[in-house]
Parts: sequence; structure tokens; C-alpha cells
Amino acid sequence: MAELTPWQHLPVAGAVRPDTAIRPVTGGWRTGERPEADLPACVNCLLCWLYCPDSAILVESEAFNGFDLDACKGCAICAEVCPVGAIAMVAE
Amino acid sequence: MSRLKTLVRNQNGIQPLRGGHSLCQGCGVPMVVRTVLSTIKQPTVVVNATGCLEVATTRFPTTAWNVPWLHVAFENAAAVASGVESAQRALRRRHALPAGEDVAVVVFAGDGGTYDIGLQALSGALERGHRFLFVCYDNEAYMNTGVQRSGATPFAASTTTSPAGRESWGKAQQRKDMTAIAVAHHIPYVAQAAATHWHDLSVKVERAVAANGPAFLNVLTDCPVGWGHEPRLFAQVIGGAVDCLFWPLYEVVEGRYQLTYAPPSVLQVADWLALQGRFAHLLEPENEPVVARIQEQIEGDWLALLDRCGDRLAPSLTRPSNSLPRAAPA
Amino acid sequence: MSDLRLLTGGEAVAHAMRQIDPDVVPVYPITPQTPIIQTFAKLVADGRAQTEIVNVESEHSAMSAAIGAALAGARTMTATSSQGLALMAEVVYIAASMRAPIVMALGNRALSGPINIHCDHSDSMLIRDSGVIQLFAENAQEAYDLTVIAPRLAEHPDVLLPVLVCQDGFTITHSAEPVELLPDSVVRDFIGDYRIPYSVLDVREPTTQGPFAMPDYYYEFRRQQAAASEASAAVFAELGCEFAQLAGRAYGEVEEYRLEGASTAILALGSTAGTVKDVVDELREDGEPVGLLRITSFRPFPAAAVAAALENVASVVVLDRADSPGGTPPLGAEVAAALYGSGCRLSGAVYGLGGRDLHPADIRAVFAGAAPAHIGLRGEACRV
Repeated sequence: MAELTPWQHLPVAGAVRPDTAIRPVTGGWRTGERPEADLPACVNCLLCWLYCPDSAILVESEAFNGFDLDACKGCAICAEVCPVGAIAMVAE
Repeated sequence: MSRLKTLVRNQNGIQPLRGGHSLCQGCGVPMVVRTVLSTIKQPTVVVNATGCLEVATTRFPTTAWNVPWLHVAFENAAAVASGVESAQRALRRRHALPAGEDVAVVVFAGDGGTYDIGLQALSGALERGHRFLFVCYDNEAYMNTGVQRSGATPFAASTTTSPAGRESWGKAQQRKDMTAIAVAHHIPYVAQAAATHWHDLSVKVERAVAANGPAFLNVLTDCPVGWGHEPRLFAQVIGGAVDCLFWPLYEVVEGRYQLTYAPPSVLQVADWLALQGRFAHLLEPENEPVVARIQEQIEGDWLALLDRCGDRLAPSLTRPSNSLPRAAPA
Repeated sequence: MSDLRLLTGGEAVAHAMRQIDPDVVPVYPITPQTPIIQTFAKLVADGRAQTEIVNVESEHSAMSAAIGAALAGARTMTATSSQGLALMAEVVYIAASMRAPIVMALGNRALSGPINIHCDHSDSMLIRDSGVIQLFAENAQEAYDLTVIAPRLAEHPDVLLPVLVCQDGFTITHSAEPVELLPDSVVRDFIGDYRIPYSVLDVREPTTQGPFAMPDYYYEFRRQQAAASEASAAVFAELGCEFAQLAGRAYGEVEEYRLEGASTAILALGSTAGTVKDVVDELREDGEPVGLLRITSFRPFPAAAVAAALENVASVVVLDRADSPGGTPPLGAEVAAALYGSGCRLSGAVYGLGGRDLHPADIRAVFAGAAPAHIGLRGEACRV
């Protein structure tokens, strides 16, 4: 847990810079299932990337590149929208 | 290059809205935000009204935003945006800004901050002609505070302040036609869109930011908690809203209406209502007349819209039809 | 070379705005502030200033747009009164907590109801806890001078708070007096360039501004803001001296008027101080040891300066042009806290609500210890 800042050291009016701000881990919100990709089946349509509420689909050179499990909350929307059924929710 | 790959490319490796926020599992709002921001190529500043999106993404000392972002209060996002836009114009005139293109000013507000408490500021900003894009992410209730009814809540929806019960079918009033209110301000570009029809939304965003004045997008999206369904059914629920004609997709360019999507197969409203807990009470046999009323209302509104779009060949609403005109190519 | 003109307080402030030439002025009309924006709008329409005037659809939107503009790097000003201030009150608090250095002209006017367009200080008192700085002018010259000083005060890196320059509605806003304007170039050099720590138009180093804070952080932000208000007193003192070099008129958080050897002193805000000065002069002619302490800076409240100025004064009477039903009138409460333990006899009276005039005879009665608790009120004047 990050140490709490005394008032004298806060940025003026609480302006936060994204490059230095803490990024919370929300992977702990999952309740027993995580997404898993069947890579040979994936056609790199990137629909999962756009649909994911937690920006948890990683993309590299416009191709699917895995899940950010620190962000993923396990909503399963990616599994649901994948047009070729390449994502399944598996037990964690 | 496919549009989706273009959206990825436009991000240049930096997600405008990143993970680590505390929006619900399966929230329908980020998709709207990410589609809008990854469509806009120029640098962007976001003005956010109070609501789920604002609260869940900016708990001090964290932030989920990689773009400049400003929140002031609930009802004034359009006024705040007016100030930012005026500042940019004033500073540009005095040559006090670095050379380069203008920063696009984009507002994200929920239906509460648009239809109700935000209506005055929005109306003023539209009337004054500021060059900005106002995006309403419409999930049809005050979700952040616990699913209370708003002016956008549809007729007969159950919310915590318009609950269904022995003496009530839920919200007794029709929702406002906010898109029509925006059109009445004679602004260059207005459109109605839906989160999951992302291609249509992305094209509309492009047209909106190209407009030389205010642009308004009313985007239907999901709240699995408020609407009462499994989060993973996001695409079915929003898709169903469009396909049963509850939420037509169209644009109004300089006052000219144009349909941008006609469902290849029209869903019965009852089938869409059945997907959602907020309408569960309507499945009771004694509430059939209410469902019939909703179906009638939707059909009437659809035909009125087709009239405005200039289509006289409305299809029968109980069988599939491909006879509706497509939107003109971009 | 003196530029002496006959101007109302409203016109004088409009001229100060012309010389400041702010980038953005979002504004909504309300009596008695309207002469300010009307005069200024005409000046802009004639190209005498380059300001982007945004005619918003309510005062709430005026302050909201002002925050947007100020945090986007634009020097921003606006004006309001009474109900307009009440409507924007929510956003005034936020402007202070977001540290937006907006300068606002306030034409002090009574709060409804009943609806009344004349002067009292209830509007200023409504937002006294908001964290904004409030300076009170005694006359049109001061309204002009304080408006010129205000941007430097608001924008100082130790301050970064909105500054309200208050002038009595109608009494000052609409009354013509001789006002000396400084040369345009002097004002321009005095106020300098606008700078803020983080602009929302900075896309290369983006910031998130206006965060959500839980109980673990909110308190620290409020303290940071209060500290800025406290620090502004020293900044105002410095600016008052700097301004004196340019204009020959000095400003401080208080003004002592013939307090040497005074056994009774009146404290007041605004134009009433001018009337009191006249009465003090007359009574002093008759050998009465009376004086006036005028409060120029109401927020931050100059408690130490008040205590020091009144150290040897036996009897102090605070005149409040606002009331607090069920409590102590606001200026009286501040003075009581400042003078606690000092041993002087302290009393107070409310006067002038809704624009009711305060006459020299009333002030004489105050100095004679014969004034009621509500001066000029018809009917029972005592408090329970």
C-alpha cells in the first residue's frame, strides 16, 4: 500500500500525471475464471481489443498479443464476441 | 486497412483510457470512450461530467487517462468545454499556442448529465456554436448513484426510484428524445449511435469532429448492473435494442436526416425486453398490454423517423426486409 | 500625465478589464453588475480589447466556463451579483479548490427573498467559506485599482485562487465619481503574462484535473487550499506596495482612519466606510476621539491587523451589512474572534439590508453608543 502524502507535498489541486500515477491492479476482481486464447484459431480481427472494458487485450503490431491479467475483471465479453470462438473462460 | 486496425494504429501505442479503473465488470462505457478517442486522430482533451466514468477512473492519486482530462461538476461539462474551447480560440488568435493543429475538445457525460441536470449547459453550448463534440453515453439511468431513473429511462423500466411493484409497472413517463432536442439547436452534426455498432459509431465520430461547430452523439450503451443481465451479454443486449428498433441509428447532417443502419431482421420488442432484469416484470401475463404499448410506440417512432429520413417504403415490422435505403457512402 | 475621468464604479471596472485585456470572459447579466459587462462588451466590439466574450446561459455556466478557460491557460474574468453568485456558488467552491486564478467583479446586492436589486453584503457572505479571496472597494477608484491588482494576486504561484473585487451595488456600481486611470502600458506591465502549473491543453504532458478523493485525501487538499488563502495576505501586502509606487495610492488588508487616540472605533466594509470617514472628521472637529477601521480584505480575514489596530481602542462597534439569522452577523463574528481576550468593549449592529441607506445621523448615534442592534429598521430592533 503506497504511503499517504502529507498536504504540503500534494500536487496543486490534485493534478495527476498518468506517467507517474499508481495503476491499481483489478485482476483480483475475477471470481474464478480467466480468459484463455486459442491462438491458431485467432484471426486477429481485434474485436476483443475494442470491446474489453478494462483495456486488457494486448495488441502488438496490430495482432492479438495476450491478456493483461492485472486489469482483466473476467467479464467474459471477449469470449462472447469473438467471431471464431477463439477465447474461452477457464478456471483459475 | 480495416477500420479496427486503423483505430489500433491511431493510438500510437498509448491507450487513451487504460485498465486499472474501477468501472464494473462488463461496463459498457469504456468501449464508447475508446472507440471515440481512437477514431479522433488529432490530440484531444476530455471534459467529463460527474458519473460512473469520472469517479471510477480518477480516484486520487490514480488515473486511467492518458489524455488531458478535466472534471468540474455534474451539470456543467458543456459549459466547462465551452471555456476550454474559447480559451484555445483566444490563445490561438494571440499566437500564444504552440504551432500545430487544434486540440479536439470532447465531452463525455452520462444520460443524467445530458438529458437532465446537464441539459441547460448543453443547450447553451450548442446555441453558441462552440466547436466541440459532446458524447452522451446513455445507459438510461443514474447508474453511479444506484440506478435511479433519469429523463432517459425508457417507459416501464424498473429503477430504484421508479420501481416495479404491485401498483406500478416501473417508470410511468416516456423518455425524452434528446437527439431531437440537439437537432433543434441547428448544429452541423447530430447522430444516434450504439456502443456495439462500433463501425457506425466510428464513422460518426469522424464526421462529428470534421463539423465546423458543435456536434452531438447520443450513444446507447449498457449497464449490466442497472439493466439486470450477465455482463457477457453486452453485445446481444445492445444489438437487440437496435434490432427491435428501440434505438435506431441515424445521423442529422445540417438538419438533413439520414438512416445509417437498418436491421436485416427486426426483433420483436418483447424478445429484447426479456433479456433484461429491469423489464422482468413486463413478462407477467397481466402486463402484456404494456408490452403491446411499447411495441406500438416503437413502431410509430420508427415510421416517423423514416418519414424524416425521406423513406416512404417502410418495411412491415414483422418480417425481415432489405428494402430500406442504406446510408450514403462517406 | 493624469487620465482623470468621471466614471461609475461599473465603468471603472470595465476600463480596468479593457487594460487587462483578459483572454476569455464568460458572463451572464444581472443587476447591478450589468454596466460592467455592457461597457466592456462595447469596448471589445470597438476593438479596444481582444477578449473572447462568451455570453453563457446562466451564472453557473459562467463560472464553469471560467474554470475551463483558466485551466486551459487563458486569463479569465467574469462578473456577477446576488442571485447570480448564489447560483454559481457550487462552482465558486470548485474554482477555489481547483486553484483557478479567475478574477470576478462582484456588484454586492441583497440575496432574495424578497427579491431586491439593491446593496447589501449577503451575497459575499454566502460564499465566505469557499476559499476565494474577497476584496472590498470603498469607491469607484478603489474598484478600479483593486481590479488591476487582482490578476497578479490570483495568479501568484503561492496563491492560485479566484479573487473577487467587491463594490456596493448601485452605490458604487452606478454612481459617477472622479476616477484616475493608469496608462494602458503601466497596467500591462504590472499584470504581466498568465502562467499556471498545468494546462489542460498540454497534450504532450497530459494531466488529470478535478479528481475524485476519498477520505484518505480530501482533507489534505482542503488544507493545501486554506494555506494558499493564508499565504495570499503577504502577497496582497507586497502588491499593495508595488501598486503604490505606480499609482500613488496604497492598499493594505485594512485601512486605519484617525484611530490615533480614538476611544471608539467603527469597523465597516465597502462604501459605508466613506460615510463614516465624513462623520469621523466632523466629530473630530468637535474633539470627539473617534475613528474608523475599514476592512479591505475580508477573505483572508486580517485578524492580526485588526487586533493590532484596535489595541488601544476602548470601544469597538462592528457594522454588518448582512445578517446571520440565529447566529452572529458575519463581520461581527470575525472581529469577535480577532479581538478575543483584548479587553475592549465590543458591540455590533446590522444595517442597510436590501439597500436601505445609512445616514450620517445613524453613524453619530453609533459613536454616541445610542444605536439599536438593527439600524434603520421600523419596529422592534432588539435581539432576543
